[in-house]
Amino acid sequence: MFQKLYDWIDERLDITPLWRDLADHEVPEHVNPAYHFSAFVYCFGGLTFFTIVIQILSGMFLTMYYVPDINNAWDSVYYLQNDVAYGQIVRGMHHWGASVTIVMVFLHALRVFFTGAYKKPRELNWIVGVLLFFVILGLGFTGYLLPWDMKALFATKVGLQIAASFPIIGDWIKLLLQGSDIVGAQTLARFFAIHVFFLPALLMGLMAAHFLMIRRQGISGPL
Amino acid sequence: MSNKEHDVTRRQFLNYTLMGVGGFMAAGMLAPMVRFAIDPLLREEKGGKMVDVMAVKDITTEPVRKTFSVDRVDGWHKFKEEKIAYIFKDDNGKIIALSPVCTHLGCTVAWNDDPAHPNQFHCPCHGGRYTKTGINVPGTPPPEPLHVYETKVKNGRLYLGEEKPRGGA
Repeated sequence: MFQKLYDWIDERLDITPLWRDLADHEVPEHVNPAYHFSAFVYCFGGLTFFTIVIQILSGMFLTMYYVPDINNAWDSVYYLQNDVAYGQIVRGMHHWGASVTIVMVFLHALRVFFTGAYKKPRELNWIVGVLLFFVILGLGFTGYLLPWDMKALFATKVGLQIAASFPIIGDWIKLLLQGSDIVGAQTLARFFAIHVFFLPALLMGLMAAHFLMIRRQGISGPL
Repeated sequence: MSNKEHDVTRRQFLNYTLMGVGGFMAAGMLAPMVRFAIDPLLREEKGGKMVDVMAVKDITTEPVRKTFSVDRVDGWHKFKEEKIAYIFKDDNGKIIALSPVCTHLGCTVAWNDDPAHPNQFHCPCHGGRYTKTGINVPGTPPPEPLHVYETKVKNGRLYLGEEKPRGGA
């Protein structure tokens, strides 16, 4: 049945070359763990992408219950974690997945650094990768506030004080992020918007650029 | 090995294995999230608690307006919902508690406040009328009788539960 449906679509749109292009793409021997087990270090980039997919999916589901308001945020998190089926698992995926993502990004960056893969002609992809790292740190920082518990509040206060220490424009950056003269209702709404709309949009655009560039340039040669 | 002796080629076997393992991993990831999302569908409906409204001995054959509040839980939001009932005994001595929500468009009806139609429930919005037992008067807008509350008598007190529609017109 699926074959027939596929053939019907393929006959009209010729979609086979689209995925064949990916499926038939040869992986060089020096990055294939089947040949050299130590080549598993080349998996960190893909694993980072995998954890980001988990973060996006679990985050989408969490917003079905979460409310970004100072009076309800904590209660809605408590409710979704304790009263909704699998709430603890879905929130756990997002919570632990956030840390795993940052660890994976770091390992991926180490691999690229120590294999010298950032060198010409791949400097632009390194730059995009560093921007991706900052976006992911930003996602971590803004997401940390959302449960609206004591840890969230004071961690954000500290983070904003660090931002305020930036020379000359520090106080403006702090006010822009805080949206108010205290860490409060407006900060929470702002961080939520940044966490679920602005940074993910930026993340996806940068990831697309990252992947197009690696496809265009190919994986760097063996050591 | 040749393909003649086997129905499954090596390519097919690898295909099935990869798709099976991949499908299993995807399902393992998505199952908790989907169950999380459809939780409202699978919740057991909690029968609302019956609420003590008034003493049975005070109930007459004349409908009396009584307000009472029901504890409601809406996710992380708990609140009291104010409700109104018109309570009386019918000709057989059976206690009836009517919901005053007009079955036409949901306005609140009142007992005996229209001089032109005494001893009827009257809706101010579109002139809907109901008899004392809550049956809609033919020729007025409401399509069905007023809903009735579940009733329970315990220790001489009247308890009310959910309002339910009743058949007939």
